[in-house]
Amino acid sequence: MSPVLSGILQLTAVVAALALVHRPLGDYMARVYSSDKHLRAEKWIYRLIGADPGAGMRWPAYLRGILAFSAVSLLFLYLLQRLQGVLPHSLSLGFTAIGPDQAFNTAASFVANTNWQSYSGEQAMGHAVQTLGLAVQNFVSAAVGMAVAVALVRGFARSRTGELGNFWADLVRGTVRILIPLSVVGALVLVACGAIQNFAGIHEIGQLTGGTQQVNGGAVASQEVIKELGTNGGGYFNANSAHPFENPDAFTNLFEIFLILVIPFSLTRTFGRLVGNVRQGYAILVTMGLIWLGFTALMMWTEYAGHGAALQAAGGAMEGKEQRFGVGASAIFATTTTLTSTGAVDSFHSSFTGLGGGITLLGMMLGEIAPGGVGSGLYGMLVMAIIAVFIAGLMVGRTPEYLGKKIGTREIKFAACYILITPTLVLGFTALSMALASPPGSILNTAGNSVHDSGAHGFSEVLYAFTSGANNNGSAFAGLNANTPWYNTTIGLAMLLGRFLPMVFVLALAGSLAEQKPVPETAGTLRTEKPLFAGLLVGAILIITGLTYFPALALGPMAEGLS
Amino acid sequence: MNNSVRSTARLLGAGLRALLVLTVVCGVIYPLVVTGIAQAAFHDQANGSEITSGGRSVGSGLLGQSYTLEEKDKDGNPLPDPKFFQPRPSAAGPNTENTQYKLLVSGASNLAADSKVLLSSVEQRRTDVAAFNGVSPSAVPVDALTASASGLDPHISPDYARLQAKRVAKANGLPAATVEKLVEDHVDGRLLGFMGEERVNVLKLNVALKELRAQH
Repeated sequence: MSPVLSGILQLTAVVAALALVHRPLGDYMARVYSSDKHLRAEKWIYRLIGADPGAGMRWPAYLRGILAFSAVSLLFLYLLQRLQGVLPHSLSLGFTAIGPDQAFNTAASFVANTNWQSYSGEQAMGHAVQTLGLAVQNFVSAAVGMAVAVALVRGFARSRTGELGNFWADLVRGTVRILIPLSVVGALVLVACGAIQNFAGIHEIGQLTGGTQQVNGGAVASQEVIKELGTNGGGYFNANSAHPFENPDAFTNLFEIFLILVIPFSLTRTFGRLVGNVRQGYAILVTMGLIWLGFTALMMWTEYAGHGAALQAAGGAMEGKEQRFGVGASAIFATTTTLTSTGAVDSFHSSFTGLGGGITLLGMMLGEIAPGGVGSGLYGMLVMAIIAVFIAGLMVGRTPEYLGKKIGTREIKFAACYILITPTLVLGFTALSMALASPPGSILNTAGNSVHDSGAHGFSEVLYAFTSGANNNGSAFAGLNANTPWYNTTIGLAMLLGRFLPMVFVLALAGSLAEQKPVPETAGTLRTEKPLFAGLLVGAILIITGLTYFPALALGPMAEGLS
Repeated sequence: MNNSVRSTARLLGAGLRALLVLTVVCGVIYPLVVTGIAQAAFHDQANGSEITSGGRSVGSGLLGQSYTLEEKDKDGNPLPDPKFFQPRPSAAGPNTENTQYKLLVSGASNLAADSKVLLSSVEQRRTDVAAFNGVSPSAVPVDALTASASGLDPHISPDYARLQAKRVAKANGLPAATVEKLVEDHVDGRLLGFMGEERVNVLKLNVALKELRAQH
């Protein structure tokens, strides 16, 4: 079998698995978020929190809950890293405290569902930080994203009320009923295939030619599964999902791709159920699926072609890729991780072909909505849908509506603010980093002898860092030495602002929609469940992103890929 | 004012309690349950899939290792041992930060597709691998010329293993056909016929080679 055919079959297998699972899982999630019943364990949790899960919240209250929870999480994770040095050896593995700027960056990163890492896991973080700190945020930051998406969907589904549900109930249910059960099953699948799961710490294992290797043990599989399922992406080890202990074989590789995609795609079904029309969910699903498939096909094409002087000299694009995965599966993983907010990698994007690297960048620049992060993908796509019906409304001269709600001035203002936030952060911080004196010194792939002669790929390293941070992805052109006070601080800010500012506008939008009374459907209503609308939506997404980022992309990956 | 301070404090308190409860659920109970089941049901895998030979552990079947001589080349790198099959090049970095251990570190080169540094190391590796194995430079496959993603890749391509067979046979004083057969026995096909790539696990091959040598 040719490698290309094997790549296509692997892609087909992932699509088939998703097609099989998205309906039951999407329906289940719809029941989770709309059920009146509380599990006994959940009742205990609500009592400990001191929250009434039945109390409806208007959007400012919902937002305050998110911000309070995230602020406390940020501080807790920061302190846990700062105090690592005084923890007992069994918890710290002898690692010292993380410095203030890196601890801020890492805390911001995991609370914002980004999981950008300026540290190497096996060289910096002990059991306590990994399992009590980072892994916990893998769960709860994902649950927060899903809660916001559900709140927006309720905004469409409800009328003449300002109430969007209860944040604490949504947070706890997402964690307890969705993420944990799936994670237990997924973790055991990974362990069965070879991912490690122990608390052995750093220990010696033998070598064939004598001597020993020192290996870092840990609760890897349990963290790996939620890293993918919650579209987090922070690796236990520096090599992330390329490390054989995180991703032991070609099956686990496809399984991890499936885990990344399963909740974001299934949430379109949940959306359809909650708004009472599953065909609306299908239109969103098709839009996401088309972009994901298109990007993956392009990525496979460019990676199998293997352009670039060094890759051509080697005879293929295998630099930074593992033999057990090969080019095809690595290409699927790369587009999957950058079209969601995951950022886990099974191969290193910096060594991809110039155009391949550009595709990973563009995937993030779309706002990670195809299918996007858990929850954030759905709310990002629904904001784009509002923009698309607005554009369509302008064309025919009618007040736009979506799902029976009028898209008026207020709604469009919120949507416009939402889509302006990340480009502002990405382009602003990238420009600053290139203009200032010392930040360019972090670039690995320079064109000349001077650090200021960055070359196309060097510029891409910086552009990638802020694109990844502000869009909450977390993958990197990892040649950039990001563990400097400048990058730790600015990327940390980009991650926090890129996560929580858009949420403000999404919730404000949800509140505004929930207050409206539904408008009856007429002959002139744009049918948003039809293929025409999916096409319009794909077009709007590509045009808006293209216009925003074209100059930056031309300077980086396009210059590299076309030279 | 006083009211809003009080309500903010109350909200942060709720946030803190929620975090602590969920930390116990997701950070203590969940990993311990998974570890318990994993250790009971999949003991070997959960502890790193170690391989034993001659009564001692010789490493993890999932991690690459080096097979080198005491002697070093002019750059101070240990020379490859001709008696063993050699793994892919590794770009995993040195220990640089926050560690008092000599740890196994994972990582990639992150060099760009058009990088001059990468180009020259690819060319250098082609020359070295060809000379070491006594083959033509054009016969060296791509996985022998490029560093893996993890720097710990346990596999090489079947082509790279076949290319090394003659040299390994000669260095061990074994018939070439025997070693070539050993390589073919260790070629793993794609999982279920289509997942991933064909590959040879270097450690398993070398363990088998060592046992074969002991028999002869």
